[in-house]
Amino acid sequence: MKICITAQGATPDARVEERFGRAPYFILMDSETGTFEAIANPFADGAGGVGPKAAQVVIDRQAAALISGLLGGNAKAVLDAAGIAQYTFSSGGSVKDALEQFKQNALKRVA
Amino acid sequence: MKLSVASGKGGTGKSMVAANLACTLAMTGPVTLVDCDVEEPNLHLFFPAPAITRDVTVPVPVVDEPACDHCGKCGKFCQYGAITVLRDRILFFPELCHSCGGCTLVCPKNAIHEEPKRIGTLSTSAPQPGLKLITGTLDTGSPHAVSVIREAKKEAEHDPVVIYDTAPGTSCSVVETLVGCDACILVTESTPFGLHDLRLAVDVAARLSVPAGVVINRSDGKDQATLRFCTDHDLEIMMTVPFDREIAAIQSTGNLLCRKRPEWQKDFIALYVKCCTLAGVEQ
Repeated sequence: MKICITAQGATPDARVEERFGRAPYFILMDSETGTFEAIANPFADGAGGVGPKAAQVVIDRQAAALISGLLGGNAKAVLDAAGIAQYTFSSGGSVKDALEQFKQNALKRVA
Repeated sequence: MKLSVASGKGGTGKSMVAANLACTLAMTGPVTLVDCDVEEPNLHLFFPAPAITRDVTVPVPVVDEPACDHCGKCGKFCQYGAITVLRDRILFFPELCHSCGGCTLVCPKNAIHEEPKRIGTLSTSAPQPGLKLITGTLDTGSPHAVSVIREAKKEAEHDPVVIYDTAPGTSCSVVETLVGCDACILVTESTPFGLHDLRLAVDVAARLSVPAGVVINRSDGKDQATLRFCTDHDLEIMMTVPFDREIAAIQSTGNLLCRKRPEWQKDFIALYVKCCTLAGVEQ
């Protein structure tokens, strides 16, 4: 299963970025194999409407779940429609930490 | 003559200057006063009169779902994130749409057409002989102030003398109002905040190539910093209104200085003459 985690850098050791649409990177972690792919967010410096556009990136990469901090209403509407579950990670750790907590069911799902 | 009244800082007296200028000029010839502060229009308070009101709309896309094969071209084209295409449906966020019409052009199936969506209103009234008042009002919650301003300006485009009262600040709303004006009055007050925002407003007018002059309102006589700034930037002080309790009282009860104290009419006429000179327009 591929999990998309918003990050400040391009590796699993980077800190989780709490903003979704303006996150510098999306790290796609494969929860089974442990491999990852880093995607630079083309909308990180966008003028507006970045939430839905960033959500489209997550959808296109066929992520099953998203881990981020804050999620706007438009982005959430898109992810909900695409059936992508969203989880909140705001304890300020790395992408690895977030994935670990996700595997232990310790993250709160965004309702 | 197209003349805008702007300020930078809010509450300096834009509407006071615009209303008195329009009221005075209308005594001798036709004037159109346009309230372009569409998020909080207030000129109608000085000029109560029955108005004709119509809706302002913008075109927004509507997708013909059966004709759509979810190719995603519209979503990729939209720079504003207003359209997201999923495998089985399209999501549209009307508040993000800028009505550019691009999605209808790029759709290979012609599955998108546009329909009007109301964003505000335009009211026109004739509160005194010679004066036409146009008020743009943005609907609460709508983010498209610029579209309402554009409509309000268009309504007055063929009128000979038009005075636009702008929104405070130096945002898109102010830029949209200033574009194409022959001259701009910048109303300021002699406070640090007033001067700070005057600098910003002067910069905006210069970038739009609109000649600007300054009115100092509520002057307490300690205008040195503002005067120095205006000298340094080659800006004429076209009028100074003193800090005066009686003027404040007139204003705060919805009256006009030029009506209650007719001796001010010559000052507002002089202000207009200076604006014409600034613009290089014959009166």
